[in-house]
This record gives sequence, C-alpha cells and structure tokens, in this order.
Amino acid sequence: MSATIQIKLFATLGKYLPDSAENFRIEPGISVQELVLELGIPTESAKLIFINGEKAGLSSKLAGGERVGIFPPVGGG
Amino acid sequence: MTERYSRNMKTFSTEDQAALLSSRVCVVGLGGLGGTVTEILARLGIGTLTLIDGDVFEESNLNRQLLCTMERIGKPKAEAAGTRVKEINPTVKTHIHKLFLDDHNANRLLEGNDVVVDCLDNLKTRYILERAARAAIIPMVSAAVAGTYGQITTIFPEDQGLRLIYGSEEDVPQKGAETFLGTLPYTASILASLECSEVTKILLKRGSLLRKKLLIIDLMNNNIETLNL
Repeated sequence: MSATIQIKLFATLGKYLPDSAENFRIEPGISVQELVLELGIPTESAKLIFINGEKAGLSSKLAGGERVGIFPPVGGG
Repeated sequence: MTERYSRNMKTFSTEDQAALLSSRVCVVGLGGLGGTVTEILARLGIGTLTLIDGDVFEESNLNRQLLCTMERIGKPKAEAAGTRVKEINPTVKTHIHKLFLDDHNANRLLEGNDVVVDCLDNLKTRYILERAARAAIIPMVSAAVAGTYGQITTIFPEDQGLRLIYGSEEDVPQKGAETFLGTLPYTASILASLECSEVTKILLKRGSLLRKKLLIIDLMNNNIETLNL
C-alpha cells in the first residue's frame, strides 16, 4: 500500500525536486530522514523541516496526504 | 507634526507617529537588507538609529545595496548610512559604529535601543546578536536571503529564537545557501520592507507579529507562507 505527499524544496534544495513533487508516492510510515535520503538531499542540508506548515524533524513520520517543506540554512543579507 | 509625515499619518495617528519619533532602533549589518532598512526607518521617522557595520563597499555590492554607489567603493558602509539618513531626515539622531559586532562589543552597542534589526550576512554573528538582544531585553527582527528565497522571524527575549531555525549555535555553518545562490536586489528589498513592518508593529504594539513563526518567500514560484516554528 502506498500514499502520496506534496513536496516543496527551497533555495539550494530546488534541484532535488522530483517531477512528481505534487503527488510523490511514499510507503506510509516512512520518516522524513528516509524521504530526504530517497530524494538524494544531503542530510546536513535539510536543516529545517515543516509538515503541513508546522515545524517537524528528520525523525517525523509521514502517513500520506501531508505537505512537506524542506529548507537549507540561509543567512545572506 | 510636520508635512513630512502626512502620508504616514493616513495610517498612523499623531500618537503613533510621536511614538516612532521617540523610538530607538539598532540596525546591524548595512548591506542588502540593512541599507534598505535604514532608508525606510529614516523615512518612517524613527527618532534614533544606531547603525553598525565594520565593512567597506565592494563592487559586488552594487547589485543590491542601496547605500553603495560607484563613488563609495572602498568607503565604510556605516558612514554612508549616516550620510544617507541625514540627507533624508536630519531630525533623526544617528549613532554610527564602524565595527563588526562581536561578543565583546555587542552588549554595549545594543544598550538603550528598543528593537534591533538583524541584517547580517552570516549565521554565526546572528547568534551573538541574539544573545545581546536577550541581555538588553529587547526584541530582534531577523531576516535572511539567498537568491529568490527569503525568510523572516521576530524573536522576543523569552523566545527560543534562532535555534528553532538553524539548530544549535555550535553546529551552525558560517554561511548558508547564499554562498551558492548569491543575493538578489528584489529579494533583499522585500525582506528589508518586511523587517521594517515588524519593527513598526513592535514599536506601536499593534498587529500580529512573526513571533515563533517563519515567513518564507520563494519569489521564483510566488510562494509566500507563514510557518509555525
């Protein structure tokens, strides 16, 4: 059984965005860390994670239906 | 109230404008964010501006830093900021510091201010500024940009602050995604404007603030969202 999530990647992470970002298939119960690995994003670049607009972490689990945003550190001025 | 503020006062009351005129705001970093923040705060009528940057202008600043002109290449950013404020609004008092903020001078430099605006261009110094803002018991408005992406938050002394965004100070790199994406003028300008909006709401104790929230802007995809930290 699989489910889908919506993925948004920001700043330097944009290059890892899959074609199916709007309906990305996952196995229910996977962690954000597993998703990050699957997308090929270096873990240290996935600094800030939001699920459905709320701060989450690499260990947060995904059931399907979520909107996941991943951000690298940004410090320019 | 002078004619100068007549357009502000379509939105602000006389008491509001008077409150801004008696306020003291510190701007740390006078580049892409800080130059525009300084310009807006001077026009808004903030009474006293403390302007801090130890850097001098380089040619690569010309793309986005309003204070940077051909003539000012090699000249101190803090001096340019002071000159610009006087050109716009000579009633604004300025304290100009040609210094880089560090652990030794931060507490002294922030003393006596009502709000501090983080316009720095690196991650490590932002933590020094946050500590100093906590010590001074004043709010800090913090923005950062990289390419067409920008983010902003407002941190009060009792809030968890930067660690919710960047993690622990020990693990934070010196620079972020801006190393690879650069900094664009329109991204810096919009984030600078948002910083001034937060400063104004703090000073007037009105409206909703970005406390424990991160407003993110992805201009390439016209995505603007406020996330809960």
